[in-house]
Amino acid sequence: MTALLRFSDVSLRRGGRLLVEGMSLELRPGEALQISGRNGSGKSSLIRLAAGLLTAERGEVERSALALADDAVALDRERPLAAALSFWGGDLEPALADFGIAHLAGVPVRLLSSGQLKRATLARVQASRAPLWLLDEPLNALDSDGFERLSVALDKHRAGGGAVLAASHQPLPGDWRRIDLGQSA
Amino acid sequence: MIHALIARDARRALAGHAWLPIAFFALVVALMPFAVGPDARLLARIGPGVLWVAALTAALLPIERLIEPDRADGVLDQLTLRGIADESVAVAKIVAHWLTFGPLLLVAAIPGAALLGMDGGALLRAELALAIGTVALAALAVAVAAVTASLPRAGALAGLLLLPLAVPLLIFGIADAPLLETAVALLLTAGAPFVAGAAIRAGRT
Repeated sequence: MTALLRFSDVSLRRGGRLLVEGMSLELRPGEALQISGRNGSGKSSLIRLAAGLLTAERGEVERSALALADDAVALDRERPLAAALSFWGGDLEPALADFGIAHLAGVPVRLLSSGQLKRATLARVQASRAPLWLLDEPLNALDSDGFERLSVALDKHRAGGGAVLAASHQPLPGDWRRIDLGQSA
Repeated sequence: MIHALIARDARRALAGHAWLPIAFFALVVALMPFAVGPDARLLARIGPGVLWVAALTAALLPIERLIEPDRADGVLDQLTLRGIADESVAVAKIVAHWLTFGPLLLVAAIPGAALLGMDGGALLRAELALAIGTVALAALAVAVAAVTASLPRAGALAGLLLLPLAVPLLIFGIADAPLLETAVALLLTAGAPFVAGAAIRAGRT
């Protein structure tokens, strides 16, 4: 019962299509699992199912406290980055520094580039101190420096007993177990 | 977190869209003397009705800003992940919306009543009725905003949904029956968070 995320015989249907059928998996502290698959194969839906934002048609999902980073920024566009992020709480300053956006703290969110916003959502995940990270396409818009910083953050998180579930069609830094959702575009 | 959400929503509204319905309300009221002519007795008689119709239409304006931006931007999802029920989010949004809609409208009704030649007693009765009514209008606006979030041309649809539900408020508000109006307002305000919460959940994809 140390698993941070457990799927028991889970089926998920979206828009009449069965995306996942009878899936069972377990994510323990220190583990990282990548969901790969083509566009439209249901990677994001699986992440949202793990987060509890979607409900499974069948089966059970157990989850610990978690944090999610996806393409939705969820930051007030008119506010400075640090103020917008502080709404969500957590240990913000080290996270901003780790993702190399501490110097942007005073810049309004609407002026940031998509790569900077991606770093901000990843920093929010790290700041949350949640043991389970759910990352939906974490490499989108990240440059090589951002890639390095994410790699360091992931290593630190896993070394500290955290687990990661990430959806990406690209190779992620570090060693990952992989689930391929396969075909269907 | 709920307090932070109320404060955030109120701040965002006051920084922008909260002023639009108030300006619209004042404008509609100010048009009325031009529309019906300078007959002071007629104006005073229709005054409360004018204030109400102006308030009802003004209540429609902010609907598209209440839920949809936060849905599209993932704010509602992040709130859910922090263990906050969608119904609680709806309550926070109703409170924040009323705070930036009700009091401003009540203030704007004072010069409005003067333009319409309403006397002090009529103004007082209208203010009381609007004070009760705006609470229910704010709740209805949030519920309708949640139901229509993510739909194309949600604003027009929202008007068709909200106005019929607001008719009992209008009737009892105009009829000077504050108890009955309060009863209707309570019903609408108590039901709205559940409607909004269910709509937010159903809208998740």
